[in-house]
Amino acid sequence: MSAEKRTRITIDADSLRSQVRDKSVRVLDIRKEDDYKQSHIPGSVNLPLANLLADDSPQKVLQLAQSYGIDDQTPVVVYDDTFGALASRVAWTLQYVGHDDVSLLDVTFGRWKKMGLETSSDQVSYDKKTHSLKLRPEILATVDYLETAKEKKDTVLVDNRERLNYLDNHIPGAINIPYRMLASEENILRPKEDLKKLIQNRNITPNSEIITYCGSVGTLSGLGYYALKSIGMPNVKLYVRSFKEWKSLEKPTDSQKDANYWDLSAE
Amino acid sequence: MPSSDKFIRTLSKTSLRESRGDNLPKPKINWGRLEEADKFAESVKLFRRGLISSDDFRRFRLQHGAYGSRMTDNYSMVRIKIPAGEIYPEQLERIAQLSESFSIGSAHVSTRQNFQLHWVILEDVSEIMRGLAEVGLTSREACGNTVRTVMCSPLAGVCPDEIFDPTPYALGVSKFLIRNPLNQSLPRKFKINFTCCEKHGMARIADIGLIPQKIERDGKTLYGFKVFLGGGLGAQSFVGHQFEDFTQEDDLLYTVISVIRIFDRLGNRENMARNRMRYLVNEMGWEKFQNLVLKERAIVKATQSVIVKLEIDKTPESLQKIIISSETPSLPDGFARWKKGNTVKQKQDGYSTVFLTLESGDITANQLRAISQLAREFSAEGKVRNGFTQDIVFRWIKDDDLPKLYSRLLEIGLANPGGLTMASVVGCSGTTSCNLALTNSHRLAKEVQRKFLELKLDTDDDLSDASIKISGCPNSCGQHEIATIGFFGGGGRMDKNMYPLYNMSLGGRADEDAMLGLSCLRVPAKRVIPVILKIIETFKSEKKQGETLNSWIHRVIDGYGGPKIKSLNDIKEILKPVITVPSIDQDKDFYADYGSDGGYHAKTGKGECAA
Repeated sequence: MSAEKRTRITIDADSLRSQVRDKSVRVLDIRKEDDYKQSHIPGSVNLPLANLLADDSPQKVLQLAQSYGIDDQTPVVVYDDTFGALASRVAWTLQYVGHDDVSLLDVTFGRWKKMGLETSSDQVSYDKKTHSLKLRPEILATVDYLETAKEKKDTVLVDNRERLNYLDNHIPGAINIPYRMLASEENILRPKEDLKKLIQNRNITPNSEIITYCGSVGTLSGLGYYALKSIGMPNVKLYVRSFKEWKSLEKPTDSQKDANYWDLSAE
Repeated sequence: MPSSDKFIRTLSKTSLRESRGDNLPKPKINWGRLEEADKFAESVKLFRRGLISSDDFRRFRLQHGAYGSRMTDNYSMVRIKIPAGEIYPEQLERIAQLSESFSIGSAHVSTRQNFQLHWVILEDVSEIMRGLAEVGLTSREACGNTVRTVMCSPLAGVCPDEIFDPTPYALGVSKFLIRNPLNQSLPRKFKINFTCCEKHGMARIADIGLIPQKIERDGKTLYGFKVFLGGGLGAQSFVGHQFEDFTQEDDLLYTVISVIRIFDRLGNRENMARNRMRYLVNEMGWEKFQNLVLKERAIVKATQSVIVKLEIDKTPESLQKIIISSETPSLPDGFARWKKGNTVKQKQDGYSTVFLTLESGDITANQLRAISQLAREFSAEGKVRNGFTQDIVFRWIKDDDLPKLYSRLLEIGLANPGGLTMASVVGCSGTTSCNLALTNSHRLAKEVQRKFLELKLDTDDDLSDASIKISGCPNSCGQHEIATIGFFGGGGRMDKNMYPLYNMSLGGRADEDAMLGLSCLRVPAKRVIPVILKIIETFKSEKKQGETLNSWIHRVIDGYGGPKIKSLNDIKEILKPVITVPSIDQDKDFYADYGSDGGYHAKTGKGECAA
């Protein structure tokens, strides 16, 4: 059994709390530094998403991981307060450079606090460790890859942005699964049975290759990636540079025409 | 887990539950059926595989409350029925969640006590149905050729002028008819409206309209209804006829069944444009129709088994004690203006009903959640109602709590004034989602409302009994014919270029002097606001002391105008300079509809109303 299969996509709060007490896990907090300083899950280290995005080359990502005391074997749990989207982007990046054992905390930090679970404002640091590099290109879609793949019959391109953004403009052939569809009231991802129903309703089968994308840096689509992984879809890729790159390269786009849907929004 | 942790968690869970209030009223009637969601999901799959014809599937889809969307059948508008307009906090929260998950993050409140979720992917409709059924709601028979939401005045039960509360009857009729074989395949849709009194509501523009009534007979007080038949708005509109002097409460169900049976049997199933019941009444002549219904009722009474009875639940509402912190806040800015235009004193001493001003009925998911919370905290009945003008209504608010409620509404952007005034403009969904629309009536209504509030016209007593209603096509979903100033969308042309325009009508009303507005003028979309302002300006210079805009327009229509404006024609003349059409080089914006930058083309898809 591969390491990936043993790793759970999400971990619940109680399991994480016992792992934190055992000190058998490294917890990454993907919120802004100020928020982290105020309070965080005890023992977690702060990795604001912006720090990762400043340079997310594999070498730099490995350096970051090592500086948090993560080696090839360290179980990692990631959380945020942005419905799991930022955490997903970090988790995916770690998996891409070859760290398999990553899980998402199944609640946001806001929910964690609401449940009355312990927090801390102590900043911690860990001794540097060494991590090897084992790139996993099979979970990444580049623009070149996407352009060829999306013409194939069994490939499903998924846009994880909100409905109005999707109607306005999207990559031709993409279907829309807004990130809001993926969460339940309590958890960053719905129960597996619910998610399966939503995916089956759309006639997406495990034989499909699925590529997710969103607006700019692969956060919402990162969550989309893990939603699909959580129900056992074997072949999912993240188009991590997403629609921002697609548009900047002036690739063709599609939109729902002759309707003023924006004017229905009360925002 | 260490015990202290456990304690902390239990504690926090308890306090959460307390703040949600477990003693609050729960929905009395479960309108939903979970199995319908599964059946819908299955049918979508069969349809996609070509195993159900698109005609059959469309009928099925509409029967379950899902319309096609503008220019595409891959998206649906899901219409959630709110029988009698009564909706509970947990149900509002569910609609909020469903709108975020499967729609656009906003919901739309219609003019007929429905919540609509737009631009839903057909494959997700079943999941919305599932989510609704879990909290007792349904979209069943919200579209298609069925009896639509049975409406009831939002003031029923609290109206100072009502004879009795019609709500239990509206709910009883709704419960009897939903999923009833009687109503599954009518010639066309069928609408039933209950009102509290003559003033509030729309009894005369429905297929069946009902107003509570009591009479004295042989020393006894009898309760019943004034029943109106054959009214309705559309390409051709009619005001309903009063069926008989008094319809006793025991005859209510028999009357309803008889009318539906006659419509089912004799209504026009050939001509889609003339298949509402009002055309049948009109073609047959009122007396003949009336006699048919009377005969049918005698037959129904004689042949129905005794178990066919209306379930009327008159258990008095248990009112909860509202405890709001006693410190009185300093009166927030704008409170007086808001209170004047948005609240009505109830017949129950010390309580008010509060109308929320929405823009064209749109409301965000977060606002819906906030409204649920406010209903729990502030309303003694612990629930809310939908009104008739794309609004949401809190009832049973203690007068003393109004300032506090107002400041809470300010926080969530729902404290706009003018909810019961001319500033609260109705606009159908128009080109934002509807296949039939020619113009963006939805956005125009928002623009007019913003202009009215900016000019503080909501505070003008002269305009207090006037209204503006806008439809995006002649089909009247925006109810333009009953507005003081009504508009329906169309297209105009100058040289080779098309521009959006509206047909304006004046003098419509739905009260006891109900009449349909008289067609007056074609107004370019981008001139609608100047035209309305010009009408108001003219009225101000013409009005007699104490006269309102509404009564002035009726004086002019009736031929008693003056000094300057003597007839509708004079109004037209005075507006002509405002509606001159510029060339496209002079004014490019004139040729684009609201919400679009590009040139305008009148474009429509296939309507599904008559499917």
